[in-house]
Amino acid sequence: MRARKIAILGGWLALTLVAAIVAMRARYLADLSAFLPARPTPAQRLLIDQLRYGPASRLILIGLEGGDATARVQASRGLAARLRRDARFASVDNGEDATADRDREFLFEHRYLLSASVTPEHFTVAGLRAALEDTIEDLASNEGLLIGALVPRDPTGETLRIVEQLSQTPAPRNQDGVWVSPSGARALLVAETQAAGSDTDAQEQALDAIRSAFAAAAAQAGPAGRALELRMSGPGVFSVDSRARIERAVVRLSLAASALIVVVLLAVYRSFAALAIGLLPVATGALAGVAAVALGFGVVHGITLGFGITLIGESVDYSIYFLIQSRPAPAPPGGAAEPRDPPWPTMSLGMLTSVCGFASLLPSGFPGLAQLGTYSICGLVAALAVTRYVLPQLLPRHLHIRDLTPLGLRLARGLAPVLRRPAPARWGVALALAGAALALLFLARGQLWNRELSSLSPISTAAARYDAELRADLGAPSALDLVVVPAASLEAALRGAESAAQVLAPLVVQHVIGGFDSPANYLPSEAAQALRRASLPESGVLRANLDRAAAGLALDVERLRPFLDDVEAARHSPLLGPDALRGSSLAQGFDALILHVDGRWDALLPLRAADPRAPDIDVARVRRAFAAASSDAQVLDTKRESDALYTQYLHQAIKLSLCGLTAIAALLALVLRSPLRAARVLAPLLLSVLTVAAALVLARRELTILHLVGMLLIVAVGSNYALFFHRRSHGGHGAQPLTLASLAVANLCTVIGFGLLCLSGVPVLEALGATVAPGTLLALVFAAALSAAQPPGPRAVAGA
Amino acid sequence: MMRRRRIGIGLAACTALWLAAAPHTAAAASEELDELMHLMAARQHGEVDFVEQHFLAVLKRPVESSGIMIYDAPKRLEKRTKEPRPETLVLEGDVLTMQRGSQTRVLDLKAYPTVLPLIESIRATLAGDSSALERVFTVEFAGGLPHWLLTLVPREAAVAHKISAVRIEGVRDDLVSVEILEANGDRSLITLRAHPIA
Repeated sequence: MRARKIAILGGWLALTLVAAIVAMRARYLADLSAFLPARPTPAQRLLIDQLRYGPASRLILIGLEGGDATARVQASRGLAARLRRDARFASVDNGEDATADRDREFLFEHRYLLSASVTPEHFTVAGLRAALEDTIEDLASNEGLLIGALVPRDPTGETLRIVEQLSQTPAPRNQDGVWVSPSGARALLVAETQAAGSDTDAQEQALDAIRSAFAAAAAQAGPAGRALELRMSGPGVFSVDSRARIERAVVRLSLAASALIVVVLLAVYRSFAALAIGLLPVATGALAGVAAVALGFGVVHGITLGFGITLIGESVDYSIYFLIQSRPAPAPPGGAAEPRDPPWPTMSLGMLTSVCGFASLLPSGFPGLAQLGTYSICGLVAALAVTRYVLPQLLPRHLHIRDLTPLGLRLARGLAPVLRRPAPARWGVALALAGAALALLFLARGQLWNRELSSLSPISTAAARYDAELRADLGAPSALDLVVVPAASLEAALRGAESAAQVLAPLVVQHVIGGFDSPANYLPSEAAQALRRASLPESGVLRANLDRAAAGLALDVERLRPFLDDVEAARHSPLLGPDALRGSSLAQGFDALILHVDGRWDALLPLRAADPRAPDIDVARVRRAFAAASSDAQVLDTKRESDALYTQYLHQAIKLSLCGLTAIAALLALVLRSPLRAARVLAPLLLSVLTVAAALVLARRELTILHLVGMLLIVAVGSNYALFFHRRSHGGHGAQPLTLASLAVANLCTVIGFGLLCLSGVPVLEALGATVAPGTLLALVFAAALSAAQPPGPRAVAGA
Repeated sequence: MMRRRRIGIGLAACTALWLAAAPHTAAAASEELDELMHLMAARQHGEVDFVEQHFLAVLKRPVESSGIMIYDAPKRLEKRTKEPRPETLVLEGDVLTMQRGSQTRVLDLKAYPTVLPLIESIRATLAGDSSALERVFTVEFAGGLPHWLLTLVPREAAVAHKISAVRIEGVRDDLVSVEILEANGDRSLITLRAHPIA
C-alpha cells in the first residue's frame, strides 16, 4: 500500500518535472502564423510568404502630427536622415529627393542595357528615324528646354523610356519637399525594414529605433517640436503590438483567473490544505498541455496559452467534484462518518465527452485550433488522472472542508418551483426557446458569419482605422494584387518577370489594369541584357544609319557624336548584376520585388488598378490572360486569397465541430446504452448553444471561427453538468445536494476562467470568452431545469 | 526620380508661362513702370495665340509649337498647346496641372523652392508690389510705355544656375514676346498675338 503510494507520487512528480522542463524550453511564438495554415496549398504558400516576408510586410507607415507645419516638415527631414543612416532600414521615403542624382546617373549610364526598346530594329534607318521624330516632338513640348541637354548622348530617348518603365503610382501631396496628408495636417513617411515582417523581434527593434530617432528629430524641430506626435502603422507594428497584447493578456488573465478561483475555492472549502490539493490537477494539467503542444508542434503559439487559460476554469472542476462529493456523508446518529466514493464513472465520461469535442479540433488546418485541441486534451486527461490517482494519496486523514449540503439544499429549493412543473411543460418551453433561437438564426443566416480573415486579427478597430487613413494619404493599397513568378534562380525569375510583362502589357492597353511594376524594370535578366547589347550595331553601321535617318530632320547630326561613342562603349560594357544597383534607391525597389525564400526565387509584379478610385482589379481576367499564355505565373489577390483561406478554415471548423458533436452523441449513446438518454443529456447543451448564438446575433456580433469553437466548448464542458443531472435522476444515491453544490462551484470557476477572456483586449480571446462563459452557465441552468423531477423532488431533498 | 525631373521641366515651362501672361514688372524708380503695372493690374482676363520656338544647340533649326494662352486675374493661367502634340498646363494658385495624352500630373509648387520665389515675385507684381519683385530679380526696364522691354535676372544662385535671364517685350498692356534664356545657351521664345475674337 505504501509502496503503491510512493510509486504514484514519484511517477507523478517525475512526469510533472519532465513536463515543466519541456514547457520551459519550448519556443513561444506570437506572430501571424497561429492563423496561417500548417499545410498550405501552393497558392496559400505564396500568400503566406507574402504575409511573412513580402515587401508589404516590411513597411512601417509613419505619421507625424501635432505641432505646426514647419515643425512637422523639419521633424520629417530629421527623422528620415537618421533612419537612412540606420542599417536596419532598407529604405526610408518621405518625399525628399535623397538618392535621385545617383539613380539618374545609373539609369543614364546603363540605358542601353535597361531600356526595353533596345532591339536590332531600333537601330535600323527606320527605327532611328521614328525615335528621332519622337524626340523632336518632345523638344517642342513644354519639357523641350530641359530635354535638350540629354539629346546629344541619347537622341533615341532611352532615358525617358526607362523612366516611364519605372514610373510609380502618384506620390502623396508634397509640402516644402516632404510628403503630407491631403489636408496637410500630418507629415508622412514610409520606412522599409531589412528584416521580414514576421520577425517580430527585429520589427520591435525597428520601431524602437524610429521612436528614438523621432525624439531626437522632434527636439531639433523648434519650439513646436515638443507638441509633435509620432504614430506608426503597418504589419510590423501590428505584430509587435499584438504580441505584447497577447503576452500581457496571458499573464494578467492567468493571474486574475487563478486569484479569483483561489478566492472562490477558499470560500467554499474553508481549508488551505484542500485548496492546495485542489489546485494540483490544474497546475499539472496546464504543464502537461504546454509540454504536449511543444512536443507535438515544435513551437507554442502565444494565443494557445491564451486559450489555455480556460483550461484552468475547467480542470479545477475535477478536484471540486472530488473534494466536495467525496466528503464523508453526515454521520448518522450514533454511527461513524464514512467516506464516499467520488463519482468516477460520471467524471470520466464527462472528461471523455470533452476530449471528443477537443479532438475534433486536432485535424484543423489552423495551427491555433490544433494547438488548442492538443493542449486541452492532454491538460484534461492529466488533470483527471491526477485527481483520480494522486489526490487520494495526498488527502490527509482528517481534511476538514466546509459542508456544502446547505448550499446544495438552497440551490435545490431554488430549482424546486421549476421542477414542480410537469416535464412536458418544461420541455415545451425549452422547445419554444430553441425554436425562437433557430428562427432568429435563420433570419440572420445571410450575415451570420464573418468571412474575413481580418476578423481573427488581434488588431483593434481604432488601429485598423488609423492604418486605413495613413494608407489613403499615401496612396498605398492595403492589399495587393500581384503576379508571382516562381523560379529556381534569380535569372529564371527575372526572365519569368519579362515574359509576364508581355502578358500584362496588352491588359494595360485594354485598361484592365492601370500598370504594373517588375523587378526586371530595375534589373533585366542577363539574357535580356545580352540580347540588347547584341542588338547595338557597330560604330560604322550606326553612323551610316543615323545619317540616313536624320536626313531632312531638324536635328544636327554632327552634334550626336557622343551618342555614337556611348553606343560603342555600351557594346563592350559588362552585363549588370544585382550588385550594380547598390547605392541607388533602385536597389530597394528591386529587392522589394524579389523574394528569396527556401532556395526559391519569386519575382513579384504588383498590379495597379486602372482607376485609382475603383481599386478592384478584374483578377479573373488577368488570370485568363496568363492561362492563355500558358505561363506558370500565379495571380495573387492577397485580400481575397486570405479571406478564402479563412472561409476554408470556417467551413472546416463547422465540419469538424459537427463531427465532434456526433462523436459526443455517439459516445453518450454507447455509454448510456440508449440514444434517448443521450438525447436527454445533449438537449440542454444544444439549447444553450442556440440561445448563446441567438444572443450574439441580437448583439449584432458577426460570428467567427472562435465563436464556433466556443460553442463546441459549451457542449464539451456542459456535458459534465448534464451527465451529473442525468446520473442523479437515474439511480443517484443520496448525494444530490452536494452534487448540485459542486456543479455550481465548478461552473462558477469555469465562468470566471472564460469570462476573464472578455477583458483580454484580444478579439479572438474575447469571442471565445463571450460565447463560453454565458453558454456554460446556461448549460447548467438548462440541465438542471430539464432534469427529471423525481427522485430528488423537493420533498426528497428536504428529507435527505 | 525621373518623374521629378519631368516635373522640373514642367516648372521651367510654367515659369515661362507666368512671365508670358503676367506682364506687370517694375523698374526701380521708373514712373513708367509704375504706370505699366497699374495698366496691367486693371486687366481681368486675357486670351492670346502663342507660338513657341525652342532654339537648342542640338537642333539645326528651331522646333515650334503653338496654341492659346488664357489668363484670369489674379491666379489662373492656362497654356493650351495644339500643335504638334496637344498638351495642357494649368496653373491655379499653387497647383500646377500638366496633361499630355492620357497622363495627368498634379503638383504643388510649394515643393519646389527654386521655382517658388520666381512665381511668388510675379504674384507680387500682379498685386503691384514691385519691391517684392526686386527681392528676387534684378529688374531692368528699357524703352517706354508704348514699347517696352523688361529683363529679369534671378538673384538666387540655384535659379540662376538654370535660367540666366527672362526677357519680356510688350506694347502698352499687350505682351509681344517672352524669351527664356537658359544658362547652357539654349533658349525658348514665345511670341504672342491677339486672339481673333469670335
